[in-house]
Amino acid sequence: MREFKVVGKSVPKVDAFPLALGKPLFADDIELKGMLHAKILWSPHAHARIKNIDTGKTEALPGVHAVLCYKNVPRVVHTSAGQSWPEPSPYDIVMFDNKVRHVGDRVAAIAAETEEIAEKALKLIKVEYELLPAVFDPEQAMDEGAPVIHDEPDCKYLIPVFYDPKHNHCAHIDLEVGDFEQGMKEADFVIEHKFKTHHEQHCSIEPHTCICYFDHAGRLVIRTSTQVPFHVRRIVAQCLQVPERMIRVIKPRIGGGFGGKQEVLIDDVCAMLAMRTKRPVRLVYTREEEFTSARVRHPMVMWAKTGVRKDGTLTAIQLRVLSNAGAYGPHAMTVMNNTCAKALPLFHCENIKWIADAVYTNLIPGGAYRGYGVTQAAFPMGVMMDEMAETIGMDPVNFWKMNTIKKGETSPIFKALSETGKGVEMIVESCSLPECIDRGAEIFGWREKRERFKNQPEGPVKYGVGMSCMVQGGTVPLIDMASAFAKMNDDGSFNLLIGAADLGTGADTVLAQIFAETLDIPVEDVIVYPSDTDITPFDKGAYASGTTYLSGMAVLKTAEKIKEQILNVAADMLGEPKEDLRIENKAVISSKSGKRVEFSQIVKRALYIKDQFQIAAIASELSRLPPQSFAAHFAEVEVDTETGQVKVLSYVAAVDCGTAVNPKLAEGQVEGAILNGISYALTEEFFFDDKGRVLNPSFGDYKIFSAPDIPKITTILVPSYEPTGPYGAKTVGEVNINGPLPAISNAIYNAVGTRLYDTPFTSERVLNVLKEKGAD
Amino acid sequence: MKKEIEFTINGKSRKLTVKPNELLLNVIREDLGLTGTKYGCGTGECGACTVLIDEEPVLSCLTLAITVDKKKVTTIEGIGTDENPHPLQQAFVETGAVQCGFCTPGMILSAKTLLDKNPNPTEDEIKRAIEGNLCRCTGYIKIIEAIKLASVRMGGRRK
Ligand code: FES
Ligand code: FES
Repeated sequence: MREFKVVGKSVPKVDAFPLALGKPLFADDIELKGMLHAKILWSPHAHARIKNIDTGKTEALPGVHAVLCYKNVPRVVHTSAGQSWPEPSPYDIVMFDNKVRHVGDRVAAIAAETEEIAEKALKLIKVEYELLPAVFDPEQAMDEGAPVIHDEPDCKYLIPVFYDPKHNHCAHIDLEVGDFEQGMKEADFVIEHKFKTHHEQHCSIEPHTCICYFDHAGRLVIRTSTQVPFHVRRIVAQCLQVPERMIRVIKPRIGGGFGGKQEVLIDDVCAMLAMRTKRPVRLVYTREEEFTSARVRHPMVMWAKTGVRKDGTLTAIQLRVLSNAGAYGPHAMTVMNNTCAKALPLFHCENIKWIADAVYTNLIPGGAYRGYGVTQAAFPMGVMMDEMAETIGMDPVNFWKMNTIKKGETSPIFKALSETGKGVEMIVESCSLPECIDRGAEIFGWREKRERFKNQPEGPVKYGVGMSCMVQGGTVPLIDMASAFAKMNDDGSFNLLIGAADLGTGADTVLAQIFAETLDIPVEDVIVYPSDTDITPFDKGAYASGTTYLSGMAVLKTAEKIKEQILNVAADMLGEPKEDLRIENKAVISSKSGKRVEFSQIVKRALYIKDQFQIAAIASELSRLPPQSFAAHFAEVEVDTETGQVKVLSYVAAVDCGTAVNPKLAEGQVEGAILNGISYALTEEFFFDDKGRVLNPSFGDYKIFSAPDIPKITTILVPSYEPTGPYGAKTVGEVNINGPLPAISNAIYNAVGTRLYDTPFTSERVLNVLKEKGAD
Repeated sequence: MKKEIEFTINGKSRKLTVKPNELLLNVIREDLGLTGTKYGCGTGECGACTVLIDEEPVLSCLTLAITVDKKKVTTIEGIGTDENPHPLQQAFVETGAVQCGFCTPGMILSAKTLLDKNPNPTEDEIKRAIEGNLCRCTGYIKIIEAIKLASVRMGGRRK
């Protein structure tokens, strides 16, 4: 493998110092003269028609400057999903409707002098509701006679896909590769189970934040905590019915996103209020609103059926998926598709059948969440693998190794389906999963622990270990595009303008490293300016594990174009052919004569002396093949059979993300994803009452892990080299969130001999399952 | 009824007139323009709004501004500068403990109190000191590492 100078080094994050010093970098850290504060009135009902809204008293309240509701805003059907146009999500939402579809749905909005006045004003709005029956259970949503959630005539998809809103049927796709029934016939054992996964909130510590104002030229500036600035510009223009040229979207530093900010959740309302009042307007979600009126990971019901031969051959896989989209369908189809497209290529199996539906219910809408459907599917598949291994008497380590895709291989799924629909044929060009499994198992002490836990200690506390493997393809092929622009300054430094949206992951740093590597300069010489729709070129945004890989390739190409220009000027200066010249340490050196000319001399010549021009370049990259990142996870748990409490004692993740451009940042991604995954598996849970209200919309009642809860986590980066990625890099943001559910479920089984097919693994659920087992 | 309070903020004394129900968080962010102190929940459950009052970490989203009368308030802006960052700020940067950075100010202030009182904390003591500070990005591992590193550099821990 090539030696790099900057790539592969853990240089500090380019924005770490200002962040640690508490500088005003986030969306809400500015104060504008005359800024108004916005608040939204939420529906208290799960399903109702709004017969009338009386805002008279509200408007009369001193300090109130605008009130919006369905009566006074244009009805523009769109999707809140921040995806590339034409979005593969249904157009089923409007800014304000005369119908509400979940508790926490938008009813009206206010802009007032202070937050206090806005709160008061909300209470003065009189809404007359006609209550409608609601449906919460996805398994009943498509029944004859179920309440129709989207009965409006204008909901639709822009792309030709199945859509039957009259039956709450938001998406459906099925496919078969090979011959599933034949595969079943060839099996010695058939295993079949029903699984359920639950709601999850992103819980980025920074809530959704948006500030809108007009600049000197009368253009609308949207400063917003978003992962998708360019999609925000397009969708807000659409909702406000103004041309895109009137809008500038600025993405400041973002306080975590995890998919939650791949959504145009508040920008349209904030912008409309600014339009109406001609004043700056600020809209920030409360934490409670994050839990009731943002987006969640789609809960799913899944039926898995697999066939396996005694020798370990996986003969057939069937996965049936029912995704609970909630009240609206942003990302519903694409998340659902990923339960196949990005999850199933992992397995060595020729006969695969997949049937998937997404349905509307009167609950909080699903959206993008790190893992994006793969997390959901990885749970049943990881548990089924464990059960199959046990059934045929093979160690899971060997069974996983035998039945997962290797370098140079393909999966029929690649061609059959992508996140958005049609797939692309591809070969896995890099994969160190077998090494990940071996090294992970060794460092974890898999074999010793499996042996040791064959004999459980006396008493209520039992111990177990479990493993799972996972994949996550990055980018959406033939749709996702990223670009970068760079120019050279007098001193030989560079401005690198990227459309990519660093949401706290360190993407700006990784991209600066790729640029620096290509031009052999230190990272300090790269001044990164991220994502501002007026200034930086387009990027689809930060999602689908695409930034390092795709935006990275765009940056690499940009740097290469700049390199050409630098060499041309240097050739002229040195009077030597370009072919003899090379770049080294901020200078161009002739391999023949040994003569050298510094970058600073080259740029001065270009800017001031001869044939003057700006050394600058722009380049784009379109995703052609989705790079596959892999991981093998190992969990050790303690289960208290009296209380049902499960504790993760240690966790090992061996990860193949290609070249880790910045190992420390990559580790940080792995650790963050794993802890989020463990917390989701054990404690995070939404509680709804029978009216569809969220009962626990706070960090006090929705428990995410804090520092004392963390187990010992060990991350091992096992490099591979992805030839289509920048310096061999793939992606690392999402894949590791897919491990904890199956690995922990398998470990619990190892400890107590009972499998958990429903999540989360709370004390209550574990106790129930243990009781059921005792009763048999 | 508004009330005048006098207090020290990051070493400078200030007089302000505040409403009795005004939250310290809002005064710090809006009136003093110190936006390093963050709103993450408003209910005392995330720690993003942590500031120090007389060297003790306090959740400013639950604290009335009038209660800081005659007291000493320190925010993230008051413990280090570009030229002279606090060892904790330096360590957070070096270890990769800053991802999105939104929890960072509160985290650093909680850690500062710990190290000021207990220069050589165990890993468990570190975890307990930042228990009230939620981070969704890092998994806490590099944050704990950063606090250990700062403790060494501040002379508390032997390498
Ligand atoms: S904002 Fe004060 S604890 Fe969350
Ligand atoms: S670094 Fe993002 S919340 Fe801690």
